[in-house]
Amino acid sequence: MQYDLISLQPVMPEIFMLGAACLVLVVDLFLTQRTRMWTYGLTLATLLGAIALTAWAAGPERQVLFDGSYVRDPVSDVLKIALLTITVFVMVYARDYLLQRGIYRGEFYTLALFASLGMMIMASAGNFLTVYLGLELLALSMYALVAFDRDSVKGSEAAMKYFVLGALASGLLLYGMSMLYGATGTLNLAAMSEVIAAGKAEETVLVFGLVFVVIGIAFKFGAVPFHMWVPDVYDGAPTAVTLFLGSAPKIAAFALAIRLLADGAGGLSAHWSDMLIILAVASLAIGNIVAIAQTNVKRMLAYSTISHVGFIFLGFVAADGRGYGAALFYTVVYALTAAGGFGLLTILSRKGVDAETLDDLKGLNDRSPWLAGMMLLILFSMAGVPPTVGFFAKLFVLDAVVQVDMVWLAIVAVFFSIIGAYYYLRAIKMMYFDKPIDDHPIVASVDSRVAMSVNGLAVLLLGIFPTALLQACRTAFGG
Amino acid sequence: MSFEKFLFYLFAVLLLGAAVMVITRRNPVHSVLFLVLAFFNAAGLWMLAEAEFLAIALVLVYVGAVMVLFLFVVMMLDINVAELRAGFVRSAPVALVVAVIMAAELVVVLGPARFGLDSYAAPDRHPADYNNTAELGLALFTQHIYAFEIAAVILLVGIVAAISLTLRRRPETKYLDPASQVGVKAKDRLKIVKMDPEENA
Repeated sequence: MQYDLISLQPVMPEIFMLGAACLVLVVDLFLTQRTRMWTYGLTLATLLGAIALTAWAAGPERQVLFDGSYVRDPVSDVLKIALLTITVFVMVYARDYLLQRGIYRGEFYTLALFASLGMMIMASAGNFLTVYLGLELLALSMYALVAFDRDSVKGSEAAMKYFVLGALASGLLLYGMSMLYGATGTLNLAAMSEVIAAGKAEETVLVFGLVFVVIGIAFKFGAVPFHMWVPDVYDGAPTAVTLFLGSAPKIAAFALAIRLLADGAGGLSAHWSDMLIILAVASLAIGNIVAIAQTNVKRMLAYSTISHVGFIFLGFVAADGRGYGAALFYTVVYALTAAGGFGLLTILSRKGVDAETLDDLKGLNDRSPWLAGMMLLILFSMAGVPPTVGFFAKLFVLDAVVQVDMVWLAIVAVFFSIIGAYYYLRAIKMMYFDKPIDDHPIVASVDSRVAMSVNGLAVLLLGIFPTALLQACRTAFGG
Repeated sequence: MSFEKFLFYLFAVLLLGAAVMVITRRNPVHSVLFLVLAFFNAAGLWMLAEAEFLAIALVLVYVGAVMVLFLFVVMMLDINVAELRAGFVRSAPVALVVAVIMAAELVVVLGPARFGLDSYAAPDRHPADYNNTAELGLALFTQHIYAFEIAAVILLVGIVAAISLTLRRRPETKYLDPASQVGVKAKDRLKIVKMDPEENA
């Protein structure tokens, strides 16, 4: 292929991101603690620049570069813009928290930028190699971020758990990929799907490999029974990192699933949708029921993540454009609400005190009615109460499931959502009807307050006008 | 049995034997040394598969650098082996059952019935002047350039992560500044004092 500006246009967002991340890394070396604002500013500028470049390179056609390693299509455009936008929110919320804990170091921003680059690579991966390398780039940055507060014993333990289990999951994923490679003779996902469609590959070997790939994906999503790391890591990591870990990487995990299962192994959907049904039902059940017993907000939100992953998998079960579109919509919406939920926890934390237990939410309305209002919208959206966008996300997924005649699955999902509504509503009750235990004034910088307001109102506005985002998600899958 | 086949089985048996020794030895240093043996045999197998560059890289990089480093670390750390093995006997039966089921599945799925010479014909031999390294380089810098670049970024992240997790500036620690040591002049350290010669009493 030609290497000039025109033919490299689709890959420009990644190239820009890499160059800018290296620039931030070098610039930060010459800054003192007082002038470190520049690192923060440059990071935001990089993310916004990458969003602009992605939008500039976007289009309805599918472009393939680097001998099939890189694919730019509407799906990757939506995924990249969504994950970069969420990362912007994360960076804004995280700054105060890092400053208060004395861990406001440039590496946080560098590692976060490299993690975002890894997610972008996954979003437009065209073969197994790129999928895997993007995943590892994301995972390595994340392991380091979880251990970012070096003096925290809990943080180091969480990082160790995350590292060991993450490495195991990567190993399983690689093993599955090697089976699929052995059966089809190609690493390229598009070519693999052709080989499978032509019936030239041995089906037993394919399904054997597929089991490992699905387990790897389930690990990265945190679906039951591969969810054990989620609560511990969310709880142990500094809240600013949990905020990052719990939001944008879910979009990357969606990219991983869509590239491997739909693009590559689309011909085997009869097999993997059965596996996903088991994972989805188990995640919905365990996630929603265990969350009720949690007193720690971070653990509660971790189990809530697990139940939301169940819903995302339900969208995949349908294995058609409508289902994928609904799952994509759900993932983006969930990442946005999760960013808001954890973002509020970073705002409530102050020097020496982490807002971790449900008691910290008590009486939030007396302390700050506006923040309580935003949190109300976010929790309503997670529970799926109209008119917030979480309701529509659940509705579209259920619609896709019902369309393929799996009404029982929709009923199971609704049943567990009702159970789940309890712990969201309990948190809301604590915010509005309980007396505050902690009456320190809430200190938050202007930018994080603005981001919180935008985030909360976006959850409401997207609920009132869901069409634009839904259209983007549906047309991405040609629906 | 051809000589090549004989070599294959020799390397394979030694590899498996060494691997078993790695996980059963009591002394961690012995385990590391058996791991080195395992790597040598794996390199031999790759050589038979005409992957010369990879075989040499395995010996140079893993045996020559990684394992030596590993050996130093193992020797420096005081590892309590008994403590590590405490749960071994208790969990062995479960692990054994899982391992046997996995192995049986692997044999059934990946056995000669599906991956035999009938379904996958043996590749043609390359001529003697075939340059494995050059071909690998060509593939790496044309077909796989994107993956190659991402791998480079992963290494960079590894460096950044390792430094950010371990570099600490402790103001109370006393350390030498090599630059100022090298820049020292004789007159900074040496003071020549003129003295009148002492008279002998």
